[in-house]
Amino acid sequence: MFSEWAWLIPALPALSVLIIVFSGRALPWKGAEVGIVALLASLGLSLGVAWEVFSHNAGVTQGIGPAGDADAAPAGAEAFLLERGLTLTPLGGDLAVELGMRVDGLAAMMFVLVTAVSLMVHIYSTGYMHGDARYTYFFALLSLFSFSMLLLVIASDLLVLLVGWELVGICSYLLIGFWWEDKHNQDASIKAFLTTKLGDVGLVVGIMALAGMFGTFSIQGVLDGVAAGDHSQALLTFALLALILGAVGKSAQFPLHTWLPDAMAGPTPVSALIHAATMVTAGVFIVARLFPAYQAAPVAQGTLAIIGAITLVMAGLLALVQTDLKRVLAYSTVSQLGYMMAALSFSYVAGVFHLFTHGFFKALLFLGAGSVIHAAHSNHMTEMGGLRRVMPVTFWTFLAGSLALIAIPPLAGFWSKDEILVAALEAGGYTGTVVLVLGALGGLITAFYMTRALYLVFAGEFRGHGHPHESEPAMTAPLIALAIPAVAIGWINLPFPALQPLSLSSWVMFDVDYWVANPVELNAVVAVIATVLALAGVLAARAIYREAPERDPLLHLGLLTHVLQRRYYLDDLYTDLIARTAVRDKLAPAAVWFSDRVLDGAVYWSGRGTYELGQGLYATGDQRGIDGAVNGLGLSALWSGARMRLAQSGNVQLYAGALFIGVFVLAVVFASGA
Amino acid sequence: MSIPDLFMLGAFVLGGAAALLVVTARNVVHAALYLVIALVAVAASFLWMGAEFLAWAQVLVYVGAVVVLILFGLMLTRAPIGPMAQHNENRKFAVAVSGGLFVLLVTVIVATFGDATVDVTPVRVADLGEVLYVQWAFPFMVLGFLLTVSLIGALVLARREEGEGPLPDDTDEGSDQGLEDAAQEPGPSDVTSAPGAGDAGQQIGAP
Amino acid sequence: MQAVFPLTFAALLFSAGVYGVLSRRNAVLVLMSVELMLAAVTVNLVAFHGLVASEAGDPLLSGQVFALFVMGIGAAEVGVGLAIVLLLYRNRATVNVDDADLMKY
Repeated sequence: MFSEWAWLIPALPALSVLIIVFSGRALPWKGAEVGIVALLASLGLSLGVAWEVFSHNAGVTQGIGPAGDADAAPAGAEAFLLERGLTLTPLGGDLAVELGMRVDGLAAMMFVLVTAVSLMVHIYSTGYMHGDARYTYFFALLSLFSFSMLLLVIASDLLVLLVGWELVGICSYLLIGFWWEDKHNQDASIKAFLTTKLGDVGLVVGIMALAGMFGTFSIQGVLDGVAAGDHSQALLTFALLALILGAVGKSAQFPLHTWLPDAMAGPTPVSALIHAATMVTAGVFIVARLFPAYQAAPVAQGTLAIIGAITLVMAGLLALVQTDLKRVLAYSTVSQLGYMMAALSFSYVAGVFHLFTHGFFKALLFLGAGSVIHAAHSNHMTEMGGLRRVMPVTFWTFLAGSLALIAIPPLAGFWSKDEILVAALEAGGYTGTVVLVLGALGGLITAFYMTRALYLVFAGEFRGHGHPHESEPAMTAPLIALAIPAVAIGWINLPFPALQPLSLSSWVMFDVDYWVANPVELNAVVAVIATVLALAGVLAARAIYREAPERDPLLHLGLLTHVLQRRYYLDDLYTDLIARTAVRDKLAPAAVWFSDRVLDGAVYWSGRGTYELGQGLYATGDQRGIDGAVNGLGLSALWSGARMRLAQSGNVQLYAGALFIGVFVLAVVFASGA
Repeated sequence: MSIPDLFMLGAFVLGGAAALLVVTARNVVHAALYLVIALVAVAASFLWMGAEFLAWAQVLVYVGAVVVLILFGLMLTRAPIGPMAQHNENRKFAVAVSGGLFVLLVTVIVATFGDATVDVTPVRVADLGEVLYVQWAFPFMVLGFLLTVSLIGALVLARREEGEGPLPDDTDEGSDQGLEDAAQEPGPSDVTSAPGAGDAGQQIGAP
Repeated sequence: MQAVFPLTFAALLFSAGVYGVLSRRNAVLVLMSVELMLAAVTVNLVAFHGLVASEAGDPLLSGQVFALFVMGIGAAEVGVGLAIVLLLYRNRATVNVDDADLMKY
């Protein structure tokens, strides 16, 4: 009933874009109300679709009984899937493009996530962006982004998905550079655009390879083709590896993660919506979309696991040494996306579940950071402190988000991260072990940097200028609304077999056989170890930072010095602090050294840094090659542009003459052909 | 060679000569008057080919209206009346291109239609009107719409915008002053100093 | 009538128009040259009407109707073109095409 109308979910934000663009300024709230109403309607419809999918899937799985009991699904039991669309053949022949929608558990889950977070960000932005010169433009872009992301999610066809993929990239570019008067923001937006574009090349190659193999762009067609097994294994692996390159660019995975921290130059609501909860999960989404295909290609799955494992530790280490609150969260996002990628190489449910929970609590953290930044007038945690007393709502919601991220039971992050570790343990083997160890280590790092951020921002005395005060209700209301899922959303997929037929694993399942064969279970040892590691990180950071922000004389000296020097000074300080924790020897200095280079945006140096860490799996030559290609492309464009511009003489008549010469040549060619 | 052929040849010679004079005349008003002759010759060729309605429409629309419009255009732009150099340095290039085009066209025409004939049976205006308003009704309406749009567009473009001078205190003066300011505003230096993509490209790659 | 006559006439008009468009400095003269090119096209359309009528028949009179459309579009074109020329003259005090080279590198 609702699913037939699912196309309205992206269509309503698209309509909102048109209304805001053409009449936004004339409206009483400058266009914000249009976006909010459209997203509210989309959210309502998404919940309807989600309920419909859930009731169908739960009906099927309840018939099977508790997960893990049955050996195989009964015949005729199918997961919910609805495909509707128009088939177009723009190229003629057999290669059809399907302008259609594919509604299943994964899409229903993403609808709820995207529309809910987007709605909260819309409401929040009415407060955060209040008085901005381009207020209406901002809301038009937010709606455009929502439309693009939902289009990406609903697409039943890889080409339509690609359209949505590129549209979200453009929105990201426009919103990172939203305050384009500042050259720094321009640079960040261009960097984000170009870096993700490098990955998009892989995506296009992958899509074309899949279409070439199976003769269709339809996702269902590709999955059917893979299931039929009548294909070249090497070609399938190649195509899926190329798709991983696209996912690596979009989801900011190693080695293309460098754009995401710089993307924090955009307004904070944008960071929450695009660079934490939704767009950066597009890479994870496409892997989940094609999960059955990845199951058929172990090499691609192993690559995913390794990339995810490297990313989650590397980004977590970088988050330790950031002074910019948003950058801490950005590196944290990169790290959590690494968890999702690694998870998707073992277990569909674990990756998708973490995507879902992370979207809520990370959006909450970013919006909370925005509230803090709004109050302290600075991104830097060195100019914060003591905000717990003046901003109680922000503090408690931020605390809830942090604890969810740290994975303290029973908050959302615990359940999803635990499932990833259990999945890695059950998968075993080389990649499973790597992901399990690094994932557990990442939990410790996560706990440390989030606790540090909490203490620096909320504890002690205020170190900034002015008198911070709690944000207005338009900003705190979304925080409260998002704090609820940050605490509770994990409970929809508790790892107890008896509950599985009524949980998220049943809701998002793509295949009943897979659901039966891969039950979600609780492993007490893993859960306890992960929790102990998280608590160890919290306690270690607490021991160091509880009193340190005010008392530490080194920090006082640092506050007096120039911003750049202070950053380097703090980097040294953090080196000592990290060295006092369990993470000893070369890890921390390498990470500090590493972060300086990464701030400069060099892919090469990230490879070098990993080599220093002793975990580098990529040869330096690769990095040099990538870097050289990027530089070479830029320089060659510069060189050829300098020469080609000479043709632009400004003499219109010469242009017209060239036109006629072209006609002349074509006529001669056609005449001689005839 | 039949009688219509002879008439056609006359239109050919007259119209071709006038067309060449249009594009070579040193006096702009003369050029406009030669254009009248060329267009009348085109109308005459329509007549010999049996397109009577088109011939009279050509005379009315082009000779009657378009040429007058062009003469007004010459007047309004204060074109110097009198002989002067009207060609720019592209002249040799233009001769080469148009000459080559002509040779090519004639070659193709002779090769393709060398022995084809044209039916010169006059088309009745009633028949033309009937197809125009029945089968071609929709394109015809679109054409009408296009004309309306171009009328509005020409008005918008050519209208003097009294209240929208480049300087706020410049509104009540004669617009010439303001217009000169407007002409100076987009100087070429602005174009070259705009932030180029090259700078950004270098920053991305270099560590 | 031999088809070669009207077609060659059209070719001559068109080439003269091309020459004018490429070499004239005065924008109004460029517009006049464009009118010549349009006239050449109408001549061609009428001639092809006759050509088709003598072979397969042309019940819809498409050649002549299209010639009529070209005339209408030509009228619209000259109106907008002259408006642009006037605007150019008003903003830059010249109608020389050479001087309108703001888009130069």
